[in-house]
Amino acid sequence: MQTNPKTPSTFTGQDLHLSYGGPPIVEELTVTIPTQAITAIIGPNGCGKSTLLKALARILIPEQGKVEVNEVDIHSQSTKEIARQLGLLPQNPRSPDGITVSDLIQRGRYPHQGIFRQWSREDESSVSKALSLTGLTNFSDRPIDELSGGQRQRVWIAMLLAQETPIMLLDEPTTHLDIAHQIEVLDLLKELTEQHNRTIVMVLHDINLAVRYANNLIAMRDGEIKTAGKPRDVLTAQMIHDVFSIQAQILPDPISGSPLCIPVIGSS
Amino acid sequence: MVTIALIFSAITFTPILAGLVSNRRDEEAGPFISNHLLGLTTSFGLVIIIALISLRYGSLEITWGTAWNAIFDYDATNQSQIVVRELRLPRTILGLAAGSCLAVAGALTQGITRNPLGAPGILGVNAGAAFAIVTAIYVADIVSPAGYVWFAFFGAAGASILVYFIAQFGAGGATPVKLALAGVVITALLGGWTTSLLILDLETLDEARFWLAGSIASRGTDEITVLFPIIIIGLLLGISLGKQINILSLGEDIAMSLGQRIAIIRIAAGIVIILLCGSAVAIAGPVAFVGLAIPHMVRSLVGPDYRWILIYSLFLGPCLLLGADVIGRLIVRPTELQVGIVTAAAGAPFLIYLVRFTKLSDV
Amino acid sequence: MHYLAIATPTLQRSLTVLAGICLTIFLIQLADRIKPRSYTFRWKNISSRIQLRVVWLSLGTIIVITILTGVGLIVGDYPIPASKAIATALWDRNGEYDFIINSLRFPRIIVAILAGMCFASSGLIFQSLINNPLVSPDIIGINSGAAVLAVAILAAGGNIEYLPWAAFLGALLTAALIYLLSWKRGISATRLVLVGIGINSVLGAIITYITIKYPIERVVAAARWQAGTLFGATWDDARTLLIGLLILLPSAFFLTTRLRTLQLGDETAITVGSKIERDRLALLAVASLLAALAVSVVGPLGFVALIVPQAARLLVGSITGGVLIFTALLGGFFLLGADLIAQRLFAPVMLPAGVITATFGGPYFLYLLARYNRAN
Repeated sequence: MQTNPKTPSTFTGQDLHLSYGGPPIVEELTVTIPTQAITAIIGPNGCGKSTLLKALARILIPEQGKVEVNEVDIHSQSTKEIARQLGLLPQNPRSPDGITVSDLIQRGRYPHQGIFRQWSREDESSVSKALSLTGLTNFSDRPIDELSGGQRQRVWIAMLLAQETPIMLLDEPTTHLDIAHQIEVLDLLKELTEQHNRTIVMVLHDINLAVRYANNLIAMRDGEIKTAGKPRDVLTAQMIHDVFSIQAQILPDPISGSPLCIPVIGSS
Repeated sequence: MVTIALIFSAITFTPILAGLVSNRRDEEAGPFISNHLLGLTTSFGLVIIIALISLRYGSLEITWGTAWNAIFDYDATNQSQIVVRELRLPRTILGLAAGSCLAVAGALTQGITRNPLGAPGILGVNAGAAFAIVTAIYVADIVSPAGYVWFAFFGAAGASILVYFIAQFGAGGATPVKLALAGVVITALLGGWTTSLLILDLETLDEARFWLAGSIASRGTDEITVLFPIIIIGLLLGISLGKQINILSLGEDIAMSLGQRIAIIRIAAGIVIILLCGSAVAIAGPVAFVGLAIPHMVRSLVGPDYRWILIYSLFLGPCLLLGADVIGRLIVRPTELQVGIVTAAAGAPFLIYLVRFTKLSDV
Repeated sequence: MHYLAIATPTLQRSLTVLAGICLTIFLIQLADRIKPRSYTFRWKNISSRIQLRVVWLSLGTIIVITILTGVGLIVGDYPIPASKAIATALWDRNGEYDFIINSLRFPRIIVAILAGMCFASSGLIFQSLINNPLVSPDIIGINSGAAVLAVAILAAGGNIEYLPWAAFLGALLTAALIYLLSWKRGISATRLVLVGIGINSVLGAIITYITIKYPIERVVAAARWQAGTLFGATWDDARTLLIGLLILLPSAFFLTTRLRTLQLGDETAITVGSKIERDRLALLAVASLLAALAVSVVGPLGFVALIVPQAARLLVGSITGGVLIFTALLGGFFLLGADLIAQRLFAPVMLPAGVITATFGGPYFLYLLARYNRAN
């Protein structure tokens, strides 16, 4: 596996106007994603987090504005080139019937393959590395339909890993996972940024996990970025109130010292 | 000519207009027709109008006076009156009956399959009837419409029972997906066998092709009146299922947690569909589109409440069928275009509208 | 009473057919025992992976097809001794059996194999693209489009020479129409199916109208064509199919990776670098051309495009280039077998092959459905 792919120098979205053909979801949004770090996007349902992620992932074409990697507009590059730099794990991905674990993971190698280059050594090694990083080596020949929701999620993450992109975007990657697997996945993502030069952007619902793992926290509401920065600086009771409309207390967590958000029950 | 154009536009584009109107009203909550008294009266009035049109218009020119007299002041020696009484009146009645059956059955099918494309045909009724009739013609030389009736009815019933039977294997019983799949299979299978019989014997083909086009012309009423009690029972039962279908359409889990006995409701609906479709197919042969379009149009006017959808379908189904029949009579005077052909042709713009301009396409 | 007009199949023939079917099932069970294993081939920058199981199964199918071809040359209303049959087919053009072998049986066999290959590969692409085991080329109007023009020509007594061209044209025009109508910022599978159903019913109405308007003798010819038959297959037909296959099958082969990527869902496919609309269109085009080609030669034969990809998937799993080839071969075998049964089972009455595919295809499909139901 190319364990340390070349990190892009910048990853930004500038003046983005995003919509799905109807009313605008996001307007005039500018964001800078720090490289070789984990950025977590949090916010209430419908605030535009997934929309922003899709725009960053090249799935949604902005009505105005542009997304740039290394200061080059991603829409000006060829699809495969971008696919070698940006990878996305969407929400609720759908898998074809009867597919096996290793078959699905292999398909993540598409941007590195060609008509004559169908199964190079790199392909083979990155798939097996992806399998071992997600703990799925023993499952490689099982059909996905037989796995639990959590295991299936890990297969999709493995596919993203096999794609070997310096930038990885994940839309709610921990949704179906139990706490142990959540920690496992997030630990893996952390290792990827610290030891393998990855840049990670993920949408999370769990504020506390977001704060624990992210280097950079972005809070959105109604299509705008309300605040962005280091979690310790940014996570305040006032911010929680502004973004989620609930009361909360912020305490330092006894293990790591990073801020812990404790919602006040009955305050919404 | 004007009449033709008017009627054709009416049956093709009314559903589209209704859809457009209700789309625009999406921002304002609630169905378009909230005053059901007015709505029902209008629908009933439409039925009467269409029935009168059906009596009046045809390849033979008849005046309103003659039509009136034929019903209320019958003079058995008047040629034109004979045409009205002996030909058009039965035809109109059959059209009313078949139209109601198809529309109500279509609404029920859409309700239990939760598939906007649900039409009774997808449960195999048309294929079953066709196969039974073609077999009857081939094996036993049955040629009169009266003879067809029972074959069609039981063929339709047999096929849909088979579809149900296949669909209920496996977890969950006869779920929408399994019903649709089983329906496709049985339809294709019976269709293949029907075609082979048609090829093997020229006379069979000759006889069957007219029936297969779907028509309410020259069907004797005598034998078919036996079907009327079945139709009435079917319609009454069907309409009374409205509330249950409402609950079923919320999804199996929710319906069960609300205490509904899903399997029983599905079987009941299935029985009604068989009774109604079997009768409709026995009367008119396989007529497309009515079962599909009317529930959609009605739904866009009165909202998702199946109690009202079923009742309005009861009235508006005949309008569509008879309208198509009248057009068939007028458009290629002095010959006729079978009603099944007209409805299928009208179906296309409607279906394309459904796909391009409604949320259906984002399903 | 007409039912006695069909000669009942003799005991011998029925037993033969039954034996053939049992043998096929046995072979399939045998095939299940071959372990899946893949072999990687690398040379400089070129690399490829070959699933050995698919290779073995394909070779096996080729052998079976060859055997069936021999059977097809030998049996018939005039049974011909085996050695003579094969000799006449392959090198001896002046033998006494030349006409029967080389103008009747051999071309028909080849056409059956090639048409089966077209149908099966087309069906595989459609089913993989639309991720629904019940989808087949008919839904996009290939069959009804071809039928409309073909039936019109046959019923109106037009020149039969134009029949294949008309059918081909009708099929493609209809497919194009359905694509255009279902295009709304891209093609979605559901919309395609819905529009397809709509167009199909309109075309069906037109065909019904034609069936009624014209005299019954001509209508019978049209009805026969509609059932799908290999009667009267010529070397020209075989040539057409061969050329088409040589162009289209390799194209499909090279498009398989894109198909596999599309199967992941639009969003994932984009992020992995696929140009989804372009790839989807290319695949649909190739699949439509394959189906249109076959339909124009043998008529709208049902079930082959539906069943064979399913059976192949049960044996070898999800689509790859190798699976495509195997499915095509399986289709050739299926149609050849069906045609042989259609010719011989009720002899001297010849059934159209479409009847046999429906008769066997139907129950097999029900079996597949039962498995699908039990699995879900």
